[in-house]
Amino acid sequence: MRWGVITFPGSNDDEQTAFVLERLLGETVVRLWHKSESVEGLDCIVLPGGFSYGDYLRCGAVARFSPIMRAVEAFAQRGGVVLGICNGFQILCEAGLLPGALIRNRELDFLCQRVHVRVEAADTIFTNRCRRGDVLDLPIKHGEGCYVADETTLRSLEAGRQIVLRYTDAEGRVTPEANPNGSLGAIAGIRNARGNVFGLMPHPEHACEWLVGGEDGRKIFLSIIASGSGATEMPSVPTSSKVLSGP
Amino acid sequence: MGWLARVYVIPKIGVLDPQGKAVQHSLHTLGYPEVGEVRIGKYLEVRLVEVSRESAEVRLREMCERLLANQVIEDYRFEIDAEPAG
Repeated sequence: MRWGVITFPGSNDDEQTAFVLERLLGETVVRLWHKSESVEGLDCIVLPGGFSYGDYLRCGAVARFSPIMRAVEAFAQRGGVVLGICNGFQILCEAGLLPGALIRNRELDFLCQRVHVRVEAADTIFTNRCRRGDVLDLPIKHGEGCYVADETTLRSLEAGRQIVLRYTDAEGRVTPEANPNGSLGAIAGIRNARGNVFGLMPHPEHACEWLVGGEDGRKIFLSIIASGSGATEMPSVPTSSKVLSGP
Repeated sequence: MGWLARVYVIPKIGVLDPQGKAVQHSLHTLGYPEVGEVRIGKYLEVRLVEVSRESAEVRLREMCERLLANQVIEDYRFEIDAEPAG
């Protein structure tokens, strides 16, 4: 697959995302500067984590008007696959590509920790390598990750099975303690009604090697790759040991 | 001659405002038990030149809806006053 990874001024997970895709998964990555206006020939576009434009005004509010975002919006409208991680999720909400908004964490503090998230829907482009109910161990690092939406939006998210990930404890139970930021319905990740745009607060790109504590993040990228190739079986993937010897 | 717009952006009623809540608790701790709800928003000053008052109002509303406020979570209002050029 050909992936586009966008760099906004203030993005800081763009290189990590590209590293995972290129070095760990053997994918092709095109770096996209926020000023570029074309996303031609790409299969999936990633809006990475970070603090685009210093999070001025609101997280993602300024990035949403970058020249590249017009191309991303058109790409999404054509059915192109778009993944927004953390700040990328905030940008997608600001752009109206995903419903709702992300506000300051319930306890006001910046959270940098591992969390558990339960896969609520596995028949998606982004989670088809998981089973429904699987619990993934992923890191979060954000100050504004509390998902909010009005009741009508929440109902339509539920009805359309657009909620993809929820914060849970290690056993997959939704509890107040397991919800790190106070998100409505413990929502950690949602997709749009069409199913081709996905935003999540946890960072799969920081959980793709045992060296950094886990590999659950791979499942998200492998799911996208599997949907792209139409594969129904698990793709063969370079193992960590192979990676250590270099590509 | 221009206009000074004072724009207020505030969390919608019903939207969680953890900052407001924290400040409310601090005020209680400082001995102001009469304090009810506190909500924290943003105050912006936007200067406009070479535009009529009517047009300034229309354009400001557009600016608020497109960028200054996120209407999923925030309400906005503004006041416009004449300001000598300088």
